[in-house]
Amino acid sequence: MAKIVAGIACSHVPAIGVAMDKGQTTTAYWDPLFKGYQPAREWLAKLAPDVAIIVYNDHANAFSLDIIPTFLIGVADRFPIADEGFGPRPVPAVQGHPELAWHLAESLILDEFDMTIANEMPVDHGLTVPLSVTCGQPAAWPFKVIPICVNVVQYPPPTGARCFKLGQAIAKAIETFPGELRVVIYGTGGMSHQLQGERAGLINRQFDTAFLDNLTKDPLSLTRISHTEYMREAGSEGVEMVMWHVMRGALGEHASEVYRHYHVPASNTAAGLMILDNRSAS
Amino acid sequence: MTQPHDYDSIPGTYVYDAERGRIGYPLNMFCMSLNKAENRKAFKENEAAYLDRFPLTAEQRRTVLERDWLGMLKVGGNIYYTIKIAFCDGLTFQDVAGMMSGVPKETYAKMMLAGGRTPDGNRYKDTDAAAEDE
Repeated sequence: MAKIVAGIACSHVPAIGVAMDKGQTTTAYWDPLFKGYQPAREWLAKLAPDVAIIVYNDHANAFSLDIIPTFLIGVADRFPIADEGFGPRPVPAVQGHPELAWHLAESLILDEFDMTIANEMPVDHGLTVPLSVTCGQPAAWPFKVIPICVNVVQYPPPTGARCFKLGQAIAKAIETFPGELRVVIYGTGGMSHQLQGERAGLINRQFDTAFLDNLTKDPLSLTRISHTEYMREAGSEGVEMVMWHVMRGALGEHASEVYRHYHVPASNTAAGLMILDNRSAS
Repeated sequence: MTQPHDYDSIPGTYVYDAERGRIGYPLNMFCMSLNKAENRKAFKENEAAYLDRFPLTAEQRRTVLERDWLGMLKVGGNIYYTIKIAFCDGLTFQDVAGMMSGVPKETYAKMMLAGGRTPDGNRYKDTDAAAEDE
């Protein structure tokens, strides 16, 4: 049977990808951020998972406003890199895991999560930046990827509580997959940031720190944060943190923190990274 | 009909909700078209002619042609879409964020390096409510 061995929470700031693609990671501006990524890369390389489920949001690339899926799963065997308006990132295409993805899609829908199914879609920085952050710059990504997209662009995104329950349903589905697979799940986006309006640049270190602490101390309390509270406290785009709940819901109650890194600023954003070990967490 | 929302009290923030989604759709779909290299080229060659392809309001057109980034949000622009015009111009998210918040690029960058804009005093629009803001 397949098993979720770890959860990874990771911000997906586009500028982080640009810094890597342009070889700027050791500049004075970026060095403190990237130094903090190294231990996570080493831990993940040692863990060597077979598949990663990456929960992220598309940013007007695979989808626009013509059709807005609240939850979507990608079942393709390959996902090309999106052109986000300045050419695609020079990173390898993402290899999917159609067998597990279709199993997830069926299981989730029958478990009352009405997933949209995508047979073809490009993936943007929301997915590729967390891969770059945690895997560096390999010629091919070291594991297969199943993209799960959550709408956080058109208000309202799904609630944190609903996202957590989706995570629980993902865990249930993984357990019933007949293959022997070791799976990691990523929750991406956040942490506090606001990209728009006169209040752009808002950062709330206190909110972010409490959020990171409660991912292990009291994850259920985090699922009760309302969208308005996210927007007021953590910036209008801070609401992306609902996607972390999908990851957290997929882990056992006693998942343990093995690594954390928090840095301000990455462009306009507070960049957070946390690894949760799920191997003895049931 | 415009219904009040609890997030309306957040200052300097334009939540992309149902109302903005309704009025902003053509503006954002124009921005979406800029994901294609050939469209970026056509837009750069003749912005006004390119905009004729989309049913924008006169005010939406003006905000695009004048690069009124804050104005775009007020007529239904969504930042993930309007940023594509900025990418076309060779600007970054941080450049546009500075312009929207009305400070020079250097001042904005310095604020971010110092830890970003504090939430204190920036949670509520009106001063009465701001008194609770601690």
